[in-house]
Amino acid sequence: MFPFDYHRPDSLDAARVLVAAGDDIKFLAGGQTLIPTLKQRLAAPGGLVDLAGIASLRGIAVGPGSVTIGAMTPHADVAEHAGLRAVLPALAGLAGLIGDPAVRNRGTLGGSLANNDPTADYPAACLAFDAVILTSGREIPAGLFFLGLFETALEPDEAIVAVRFPIPRRAAYEKFPNPASRYAMAGVMVAETADGVRVAVTGAGQSGVFRWEEAETALEAGFIVSALDGLQLPAEDMIADIHGSGAYRARLAWVMARRAVARLA
Amino acid sequence: MPAIALTVNGTPHGIDIDGRALLVDVLREGLGLTGTHVGCDTSQCGACTVHLDGRAVKACTVLAVQADGHEVLTIEGIGTAGALHPMQVAFREHHGLQCGFCTPGMIMAGLDIARRNGPSVGPEVVREELEGNLCRCTGYHNIVNAIMAGAQAMGGMQIVGGAPDADAPTVSAA
Ligand SMILES: Cc1cc2nc3c(=O)[nH]c(=O)nc-3n(C[C@H](O)[C@H](O)[C@H](O)COP(=O)(O)OP(=O)(O)OC[C@H]3O[C@@H](n4cnc5c(N)ncnc54)[C@H](O)[C@@H]3O)c2cc1C
Ligand code: FES
Ligand code: FES
Repeated sequence: MFPFDYHRPDSLDAARVLVAAGDDIKFLAGGQTLIPTLKQRLAAPGGLVDLAGIASLRGIAVGPGSVTIGAMTPHADVAEHAGLRAVLPALAGLAGLIGDPAVRNRGTLGGSLANNDPTADYPAACLAFDAVILTSGREIPAGLFFLGLFETALEPDEAIVAVRFPIPRRAAYEKFPNPASRYAMAGVMVAETADGVRVAVTGAGQSGVFRWEEAETALEAGFIVSALDGLQLPAEDMIADIHGSGAYRARLAWVMARRAVARLA
Repeated sequence: MPAIALTVNGTPHGIDIDGRALLVDVLREGLGLTGTHVGCDTSQCGACTVHLDGRAVKACTVLAVQADGHEVLTIEGIGTAGALHPMQVAFREHHGLQCGFCTPGMIMAGLDIARRNGPSVGPEVVREELEGNLCRCTGYHNIVNAIMAGAQAMGGMQIVGGAPDADAPTVSAA
């Protein structure tokens, strides 16, 4: 690790001032991605602004029609929240599938979204539920937030404050975890919302999370497993690595989509 | 060198550290608490598991400065050689260790499992929740049995101090 300055401000305004003070200053949330990156010297920020001292960034508010979760809320809190489990069990369940208990005790919603790992779980929920990412300066619809591998619409000094998830009529998430890392080889969130069916796929696509519009159209015509028969994602657009080929991931995403629909139909 | 305040196993410490120091290094090298092990240093193995403010964390993936002002519980804080913690007794009785390298992390993870799932936690939940703790010796079977027995023996008590934990669930999620 290269040396860095460490700050733990107690307000969002103070955090923004600190981050804006230099071009190599980064926010620190749960550290479950950033600390390993610092250790490998893949990142060498001059300063870290720890968001853990800002109490308002943590918590879950279940309101009529939507659920708002603070950026610094750890995955474990999302997984265990009784109110959330009652209205949006697919989201609590997704959080409970992230990594392992120790990672879930530290890792946060905001950190996961800001990082936009192509194999992370939360991005699938954001796209499928048409969530809104609330930042220190604006509101960004999920559809405009994820810009490709590890790329988001965030400005360098812009912090995620919370995420607002509209509550779908019903939803299910199915994930095939990489047996070693627990990240998704393919994870599919299927949601029936007021605006129709939405299918979001993570883990598989070369440019990160995406909506599978062909599957959405098919399920709108009939919300049954067989509606997905014959559909195929383009293998050449899928991640191909030592864990599996593009064709394998395309097939896996199809199987996860079928399982998610089967749980709802 | 930043100075941090850490309460470790109930004892407050003021420690001068390198700003980059990991929590696990401060525990082992700064405070001589070498029961917490480093297996991988890449967040995978769980040998470094300690409790930070009551929750299991991988101490190789927490900066010591992040723990400034907070409470840490390590394997040294749960029992003594003469009076082992019920979870430690369960690991001995059920032969939940061979070389013992993973054991401190397994026990701290096991206590976190007991805290969240209560005394009658079942084998599926324990196996699922040991995802982040690797053992190269035992094949896990006896570790799973030890954690279930340990949780049962604790009967919903607080991890340290013994009194019943008001928040402890009494029914298993399994
Ligand atoms: C062993 C292991 C297994 C894992 N398995 C999974 C898995 O199965 N699925 C999965 O989805 N993830 C997994 N993860 C990743 C985990 O969920 C991380 O917690 C998450 O990706 C990053 O969140 P964090 O809070 O730790 O962020 P940090 O590591 O602190 O930060 C990550 C990045 O986001 C930025 N950032 C953080 N918070 C904000 C904010 N509020 N606003 C703007 N920028 C911000 C930081 O500057 C940094 O660039 C795993 C991690 C580990 C170590
Ligand atoms: S040493 Fe921390 S997880 Fe392996
Ligand atoms: S007992 Fe040897 S690594 Fe677990």
